Amino acid sequence: MVVLERAGVAGGRTRSERRSRAVAERRSVPLGAGLKRSLGRPALYVVIALWMVCTLGPYVVMAVTSVTPQDQLIAYGMSRLPTHFSVQGYSELFATTPFVHYMVNSAITALGTVLFSLVVASAAAISLSRFRFRGRTTVLTALLVAQLFPAVLLVIPLSTMLRSGHLLKGFLDGLPKELDEAATVDGCSPMQMVRHILVPLLRPGLTAAGTYIFIFAWNEFLYALTFTSSTASQTIPVGLQLFIGDYQIRWDLLTAGGVIAAVPVLVGFMLVQKQLIGGLAAGAVKG
Amino acid sequence: MTTLTTRRPIRPSGPTGPTRRKRRLDLTVPLFLSPTLLLLVVFVAYPFLRAIWLSFTETSLLGGTLGFVGLDNFRTLFTDPSFGTFLSNSVVWTVGGVGLQLVFGVIGALLLNQRFRLRGVVRGLAMIPWATPSVLVALIWMWLLDPNHGLVNAVLTRTGLMHSPVAWFGNAHSALGTLIVVDAWQGIPFFAVMVLAALQAVPEELKESARTDGCGFLRVFWFITVPSILPTVLITLVLRLIWTANYIDLAYVLTGGGPGIASTTIPLASYLTAYKQGALGSGASYAVVQAAVLAVLVAVYIRLTQRREA
Repeated sequence: MVVLERAGVAGGRTRSERRSRAVAERRSVPLGAGLKRSLGRPALYVVIALWMVCTLGPYVVMAVTSVTPQDQLIAYGMSRLPTHFSVQGYSELFATTPFVHYMVNSAITALGTVLFSLVVASAAAISLSRFRFRGRTTVLTALLVAQLFPAVLLVIPLSTMLRSGHLLKGFLDGLPKELDEAATVDGCSPMQMVRHILVPLLRPGLTAAGTYIFIFAWNEFLYALTFTSSTASQTIPVGLQLFIGDYQIRWDLLTAGGVIAAVPVLVGFMLVQKQLIGGLAAGAVKG
Repeated sequence: MTTLTTRRPIRPSGPTGPTRRKRRLDLTVPLFLSPTLLLLVVFVAYPFLRAIWLSFTETSLLGGTLGFVGLDNFRTLFTDPSFGTFLSNSVVWTVGGVGLQLVFGVIGALLLNQRFRLRGVVRGLAMIPWATPSVLVALIWMWLLDPNHGLVNAVLTRTGLMHSPVAWFGNAHSALGTLIVVDAWQGIPFFAVMVLAALQAVPEELKESARTDGCGFLRVFWFITVPSILPTVLITLVLRLIWTANYIDLAYVLTGGGPGIASTTIPLASYLTAYKQGALGSGASYAVVQAAVLAVLVAVYIRLTQRREA
């Protein structure tokens, strides 16, 4: 139809003629599709709204619980809305538990992982995307396998780094090769080409990959659980898991910790979600 | 990448290319790749080989190996009456969780591909569970499903759908199923977004021409959309199978594998044996069995992605 319409323009037809033509063509669409379209609209919105309630509802419940007075939680749980709000859960969390330690540890771990992984992963991504060398396919396959196996062997943080490398490689693959070519023709060494052409161009990709690493480093649980044993090194997920055992009935306290654990990742995610989702999806579509 | 293989701009192609430049290139790649390869050896190859070695040894609680025991760990593992339960739990958990993700993920992707107001915002919000820490997902659902005070039991009993509150994670019949639902809640968004990307890549001209040829909505979907998104769906499916099979965070926090062993999968058994009971050797033997099974899926995944790149 697009082609036909273009032909119409070329033939110098008027706009109204084209419109009537388009209407006629729309009518020729089988009845089912039209029927679905007219019935589908409100139904679509209802289903989307339902989905959003199922997705976001639990977070709202958590947030409301964290500001519900403790006595009301013990008496009614979530079967009644709180009569007033209280920040006692938060103040007690900070005053009586090592939660601040967990937060500091999580922040250091996550930011450190981001910096380290970005350097290592960009270097790998540049060499795999922009250079052709013997054994390249083997390395790519090895990286792929390494991403899939570690979970059994508890080296999940590394697999995150590898995936972010994959993300960066996909980003680099999308940049035109002519740039490298031009730089090389102009007498750049490979190192200069990387420094002056690729690294500056890579910057937007680094934001998405960095956020991705941050999310996974902040959320990582099993590795931290296995290899940390004191509050000096435990992160928020480990701390929360310990709280679940220790403060079984203090849901105001637990959910307050939950809210604090959620905010950094969710804010980070929402800020770059478009590039992040785009990068992840491109990997799946292109393979 | 497919289009780029014919052009190799960096390495001088003809005999005129100076060898000096070629040598410098040879230094750039090793320099850039060595940190990754080093990490790979230290954190993947070494633990992997060590796990295989440990699975043939008996270990003391302090972490030292007491000696080579051959296939003893595996013999114990396969004759253990619990192993059958671990195995069937693993299959139910993986197939159930990924099955739900597949069905609702594809439906979700079709929804997100429609035109509606605030679509961009909805797409972002839908992905939020994916970015949430697993322990937090566990905490949220532990609270929602709490037998005494949880919202779900309150709603179900008040509307008369249930007579009395259910301890979802405390009941051997419902523990694994409930874990699967929580896993699906967390995993559907990722699946949906992957499929959505594939849907957006379906050429509109194809659908348009099928429509003008008289295909209805269902036939356009079946003959145009499904074949175009199938490779992505398959890749995502295999990826999720591998990932879900290894995913033990939720079960660890929510049920600890219980009640009894009602929700213990093979990797969870591996973890609990190795790190809670301190029997690294027999824990490793579970991990080796798990890796052997997953190797098949990994091979399938590599075949699928390489066909894509070729």
